[in-house]
Amino acid sequence: MGHNITVTVNGTKHTSDVEPRLLLAHYLRDVLTLTGTHIGCDTSQCGTCTVMLNGMAVKSCTVLAVQANGGEVTTLEGLAKDGKMHPLQDGFWEKHGLQCGFCTPGMIMVSYGLLRRNPKPTEEEIRHAIAGNFCRCTGYHNIVKAVQYAASKLK
Amino acid sequence: MIPAAFEYYAPTTVAEAAKLLAKHGDDAKLLAGGHSLIPLMKLRLAQPKAVIDLRGVSELSYIKEASGGLSIGATTTYYQITSSRAVAKAAPVLAEAAGMVADVQVRNMGTIGGSLSHADPAGDLPAVVLALNASISTATSAGKGRTVPIDSWFVGLLTTSIKPGEIVTGVSIPALAHMTGTAYEKFANKASRYAIVGVAAVITLDTSGACKDVRIGVTGAGPHAVRAAKTEAALKGKKLDEATIQKAAGAAADGIDCLSDVHASAEYRTHLTKVCAMRAIQKAASRAK
Ligand SMILES: Cc1cc2nc3c(=O)[nH]c(=O)nc-3n(C[C@H](O)[C@H](O)[C@H](O)COP(=O)(O)OP(=O)(O)OC[C@H]3O[C@@H](n4cnc5c(N)ncnc54)[C@H](O)[C@@H]3O)c2cc1C
Ligand code: FES
Ligand code: FES
Repeated sequence: MGHNITVTVNGTKHTSDVEPRLLLAHYLRDVLTLTGTHIGCDTSQCGTCTVMLNGMAVKSCTVLAVQANGGEVTTLEGLAKDGKMHPLQDGFWEKHGLQCGFCTPGMIMVSYGLLRRNPKPTEEEIRHAIAGNFCRCTGYHNIVKAVQYAASKLK
Repeated sequence: MIPAAFEYYAPTTVAEAAKLLAKHGDDAKLLAGGHSLIPLMKLRLAQPKAVIDLRGVSELSYIKEASGGLSIGATTTYYQITSSRAVAKAAPVLAEAAGMVADVQVRNMGTIGGSLSHADPAGDLPAVVLALNASISTATSAGKGRTVPIDSWFVGLLTTSIKPGEIVTGVSIPALAHMTGTAYEKFANKASRYAIVGVAAVITLDTSGACKDVRIGVTGAGPHAVRAAKTEAALKGKKLDEATIQKAAGAAADGIDCLSDVHASAEYRTHLTKVCAMRAIQKAASRAK
């Protein structure tokens, strides 16, 4: 039953024997203990489980770990460099882009994917990009401001 | 929610995938983007014993210009479609509709072949490929691949005319005629963005401005995507003034056994079908000029 996979997560190669039915979200949280990736709805709707897979934002509750074999994954834990927060993380801090923080990992990762494709998004483009991510307490205004803050800092 | 256990196969060629499918038969499911299949497996509404992953089959992922039209590989994602210059040029309505599917995460994974094989009654692309007069190509391990005209592809709820052992390999879209306009209008579910109703229109005008040719695809309304034949007939040969469009759009739900569910009643879907048809026709006609 076991399937041998090698996945580069946040720059580090991990080789594990996993069941094919293991979801990428569970692989990250339970096998690699990277609990920055949250699981909310578990039904592909809320986006809090969003991670980058081979450079694209995906909902890790709807991807099998075996599908990431040979690939690269970036999670929230992979954004800070040399003890310095990523401009998106600073943005959520500066602009009060979170209250409870449950949706935040997914909001940051989907925005990370947006800024890679479109470094200078309009407000409309930001709102469109985060449409698959639900926030149930902050509201979206400050989240949009946080992404705008990051876009202005990223050169 | 965790899927039931299964064996996982990651072929790298169509031939290998077709062989695996022939071997495992009904126990197997092909996996493309996984954004219909994995949710079903998590709910255990699908419990395949073997999962054959097509994402490593690189020959299935392409967008090619083909005599003014397009040839698109089955595992080409919505994102690839929306960001393709070739699609924007040869079939803009396909890019428009693919960009309206769900959210960016789903568009990064979901594929055209998966959408057309799954035949979700609320899927967007089924309406669009009907309007574009596409055809679907398939392959089998015995070399019995077919080309299926789109008009005989969608046959029931979540059901296509695919045969056991067949893999969808690609979709061909013919070149649009001169003076053709296209549009897709959908009334989306607020949370998932699935189409409660979606209507795609492809309209060709003649030099006098009358409708020379028209194809209209409707999704979301009934158990599977269909063409709005009565609407098409009411437009053909006519000048597309407001009254003509309104009358034709009024027939868009005729012959569709509209679904009734938690999202919308059959009556409301009938209404939405007419409204989306009217908007799609207006937009397509205005773009044909
Ligand atoms: C939250 C959410 C929102 C969504 N919103 C929308 C929306 O707004 N509009 C919309 O249109 N869709 C929507 N979808 C569905 C999405 O578009 C799916 O990606 C699509 O329906 C299936 O494509 P897939 O590549 O993911 O296929 P998969 O899930 O991998 O496969 C689906 C089915 O098709 C079969 N299959 C796949 N590829 C082939 C092939 N090449 N040959 C033969 N059989 C094949 C599989 O065996 C399976 O039975 C949504 C999905 C989610 C999770
Ligand atoms: S937990 Fe994956 S989308 Fe909600
Ligand atoms: S910060 Fe609480 S759900 Fe978004």
